[in-house]
Amino acid sequence: MNNSRRNILKKSTAMAALLLQTLTQCEKVYAYQQNAFDAKSIADLNKSLGLSLPLESSQITINTPEIAENGAVVQVAATTTLQNIRRWIFVVEKNPVPLVAIFNLSEDLLPSITARAKFAQTSDFIAFAQLADGRVFYSKREVKVTLGGCGG
Amino acid sequence: MSDPMRIRLQSQAGVTTVKVLMSHEMESGQRKGDDGKIVPLWNIQDVSATLNGKVVMTAEWGGGISKNPFLQFAVKGTKTGDKISLTWRDNRGDSRTDEVIVS
Repeated sequence: MNNSRRNILKKSTAMAALLLQTLTQCEKVYAYQQNAFDAKSIADLNKSLGLSLPLESSQITINTPEIAENGAVVQVAATTTLQNIRRWIFVVEKNPVPLVAIFNLSEDLLPSITARAKFAQTSDFIAFAQLADGRVFYSKREVKVTLGGCGG
Repeated sequence: MSDPMRIRLQSQAGVTTVKVLMSHEMESGQRKGDDGKIVPLWNIQDVSATLNGKVVMTAEWGGGISKNPFLQFAVKGTKTGDKISLTWRDNRGDSRTDEVIVS
C-alpha cells in the first residue's frame, strides 16, 4: 500500500471540506435577504426575517420629520436605551416594498443609526430593534408626505 | 467606477461619529420612465463598515433608500490614527470602498 498517496488523498479531502465550509459560511454572511425585500406586508416581513413577536417599546426613540414635503428624501433616525441591540430594521409601512434597510450592529457601535428613506405616501415609519437574545422591540411614528417619493 | 463617497468623521472622547454620503442612483424598481416602462431596480444592496479591518457594521438596503444615500453611525473605542473603511455593493455588481483616518 502506498502510504503517502493515501495521506495526500486524506488531506486533500479534508482541505476540500474545509474550503467548502468557509465558502458556505461566507455566503451566509453576505446572503442578501431577497425574500425580506419582496415582502409586501409587515406580517410577511416578520415571517421572512424570522422575527419573534415584536413588542412596542418606549425605549426606542425615532427621529423623523412630522411633515415631509418631498417623500423622495426623508431623514429617519432611530436610537434606543435598550442594551445589546444587534440589529435595526427600518420599515416604511405603506411603501410598495415596506422594508427599507437592515443594519447589523457589532458591540463597537452606538445604537443610533440615521439614514434617508423614500416614502411613497403618508405612512408610519417603524424601527424594529433586535437584541442579542433574539427579542424584538419596535416603535413607530407617522410621517405626513405631501409629494410621494416613488414616482409613477 | 462610481464617484467616491464623502465621509466625514467627528471624534469626541473615543467615540467617532461617521457621516457618509454615497453617490448612487438608487432606482426603486417602482418608477416608470419617460417611455412608460418600469425602470428596473438598481440599488445598493450591501454596505459594510470596518474599523482597522474589523467589521463593525453591515447593512442590507432595498430600493427604499433615497438617491445618493446618507448614513450616520457612531463607533466606540476609536483613537487617532484608526482606519475606518466603508464598502458598498449594488445589485449590478458594482462596488466601491473608501477609507478615512481618525484624527
